[in-house]
Amino acid sequence: MEPADPRTILFRDLALGMRARVVSVLREDETTHRLVEMGMTPGAEFELIKIAPLGDPVEILLRGYRLCLRKSEGGAFELELLGA
Amino acid sequence: MAFQEPQTSLRFPLVALIGNPNAGKTSLFNALTGAYQKVGNYPGVTVEKVTGYYLSQGRKVDVVDVPGMYSTRPVSVDEEIAALVVESGVDGRRPDALVMVLDATNMERNLFLFSQLAESGLPTVVALTMTDLQEGGVDVPRLELELGVRVVPVVAHRKKGLQELKSAVEECLAGMPPPMLELGYPAALNASVTVLRENLAQEGVAMEDSRIRQVVLGLVPPPDGFPPSLLSLLKAEQASLLGKGLQGKMLDAQTRYAWAGKVTRTVVQKGTFRARVVTDRIDSLLTHKVFGLGVFFGVMYLLFQSVYTFSGPLMDLIESGVGRLKDWAGPPLQTMPVVQSLVLDGVLTGVGSVVVFLPQILILFLLIAVLEGSGYLARAAFLMDRLFGWCGLNGRAFIPLLSSFACAIPGIMAARVMPDQRSRLVTVLVAPLMSCSARLPVYVLFIGAFIQPVYGATWAGVALFAMHFVGLAVAIPVVALMQKFAIKGPRSPFLLELPPYQWPRRRDVLNVVLTRGWIFLKTAGTIIFALSIILWALLFFPRSAEADARYQLDFVAKSAAGTVDTSLESYVASRRTQDSYLGQFGKAMEPVFAPLGFDWRIGTAVLAAFPAREVVVSALGIMLDLGGEVDEESPRLREVLQQAQRPDGTPLMCTTTAIGMMLFFALSCQCMSTLAAIKRESNSWRWAVFAFVYMTVLAYLVALAVFQVGSRL
Repeated sequence: MEPADPRTILFRDLALGMRARVVSVLREDETTHRLVEMGMTPGAEFELIKIAPLGDPVEILLRGYRLCLRKSEGGAFELELLGA
Repeated sequence: MAFQEPQTSLRFPLVALIGNPNAGKTSLFNALTGAYQKVGNYPGVTVEKVTGYYLSQGRKVDVVDVPGMYSTRPVSVDEEIAALVVESGVDGRRPDALVMVLDATNMERNLFLFSQLAESGLPTVVALTMTDLQEGGVDVPRLELELGVRVVPVVAHRKKGLQELKSAVEECLAGMPPPMLELGYPAALNASVTVLRENLAQEGVAMEDSRIRQVVLGLVPPPDGFPPSLLSLLKAEQASLLGKGLQGKMLDAQTRYAWAGKVTRTVVQKGTFRARVVTDRIDSLLTHKVFGLGVFFGVMYLLFQSVYTFSGPLMDLIESGVGRLKDWAGPPLQTMPVVQSLVLDGVLTGVGSVVVFLPQILILFLLIAVLEGSGYLARAAFLMDRLFGWCGLNGRAFIPLLSSFACAIPGIMAARVMPDQRSRLVTVLVAPLMSCSARLPVYVLFIGAFIQPVYGATWAGVALFAMHFVGLAVAIPVVALMQKFAIKGPRSPFLLELPPYQWPRRRDVLNVVLTRGWIFLKTAGTIIFALSIILWALLFFPRSAEADARYQLDFVAKSAAGTVDTSLESYVASRRTQDSYLGQFGKAMEPVFAPLGFDWRIGTAVLAAFPAREVVVSALGIMLDLGGEVDEESPRLREVLQQAQRPDGTPLMCTTTAIGMMLFFALSCQCMSTLAAIKRESNSWRWAVFAFVYMTVLAYLVALAVFQVGSRL
């Protein structure tokens, strides 16, 4: 179920178990391009499933696989929060 | 299926195994080729080229195991090579067919790569792996229809589907058209491509649509041969697409994923993967905020314990084997003392000192291969990234640095996992700072002689632990400095896939262990062999009967005066060493070592240990008149070290000089094999020289500070 009013959220503010959808790509650097190639395309949905003991990096479930990335790297995407 | 007659062409067909990392490519390669494997290097780079063959229809089919890739647009060395193999081949051979290894539990991302490979123009077969982990199952006939290629489910470790795969490859080789996909690019983009294709054709340039599309989207620059007159048209088309909101670079991936998602939904029954449920459960402990780190340190502790525990007996076995070899080779050569000494003291001792580390390396690689095969190492990198981040390193550097605690050579080789050249180089350059097992004898000797008798066993243990920590601690500022001055650039990205946990496959683990062991023996063995002979010559020459007679007379005189308490043999041996080229060099270098509190005897032993640091123990034995047959546990050597005096009667060594000596050994680069490995991995002697210089300077300065401060306290 999608919330009636989709809320934008920053990647670093995502909490454990939250689900989000990629709205758009904010940066066009190499790392971001690679993330898009690994499935973080506009429209893709993912869930934050783990935060490393020291707070960074985090693990997301994306297109059926687990991807680790740093919070700074996730900051390249405009996101909207989906129901947890 | 109609099989054709075996090809009569002169060369065997070449098949490239290609796919995402963790898709099961290497398992499939091992299952297909069995023992027929060869590990080489791709020309010009240090990515390993693993090739092999299998027999089919009465002839060989060559197989190349291409490094894993996420996209044909490469970001790492591995991916560059993979892209090159597809694009233009290696060693002048382009593959005749591709076997794309497709992970059924990770369909969308794997299909993304498939959509790119389909544009290579090579006939393709899909080997569908992990189907045993896919609960709902995959509709294979439907997938074949969607992809336009044969799809063969395989379970490599059970040898299931291999025959079918080989048959499908034969069909491909007999002349299958490459797959054609309708990915569903926006009409406006297709229109632009058509406009450009027609204009290019007018200029007499034929270019595939897929290539034109990449140029239009800005994924690749216009290739050589792109008519300059059409550049303005290209710009106009790009601008018009951008105006329609069709973002360049990201549009391509977005379209491919939309297609991959559609295909996945048609062929995969909804349902969870068994592996994922298990993986979730294991991960809830292994990457837990608190327990995760606890388990991590526990695993690391067990790893080192096993390396030391299990390697001990094997190392003893090798040592006694080398000893027996010496006993066997010695007598027949008695008539030729120079040759005898060359064989016994040069070759056998030198090469033996390296081969003795083989058990540690094999055990370490076995354990690392098990951890890697199970999926745990990726988790360890995940746990460590933040911690490593404080020293500017990537979490993935954890694996190479861990290996370096056993031996820097496998550690340096393991740095290939790094995602980019720059962080790989930094990791390679600090790997030798980790306290390898060859430093252990030095610590044991000096702690046993100078710490334990004064401060007791507890502090001896603390000292040993601290010595293992020094290199790691020093690596932090070293990395920071290197990244500031020598190897500049931003911190490398941390994108890491966590594969589902699985039992490591015996065959794959064994394969890694044997290959690594062989490479170690080859790299270390050849270099050490040559250097052993050089070191031996420097210690052996000049030698003359007159000099020997003089030493014997001196011995008689000294024993009559009661100022010598060794045998004639070791007295002569030590005098010979003093007067050898190396001994003379050591004396000449005494001013360099004096500020560290080392006299020329210790200095010479340190110099003798530059090709391989563990040599220092036997070198000290030689320099202190005990002969070379001592080891770090010899009570006699400890005693002599404690009691040895300088000509003025002051003690040769004290706790301060012992600590300085250990720190010198902890930080200096006294290992020719390591330098050779750095050269091999960085493809230039420049970085090997750099590592040698920075480590030696660092070691010298630290030992200098310790002695200058310590002796004034």
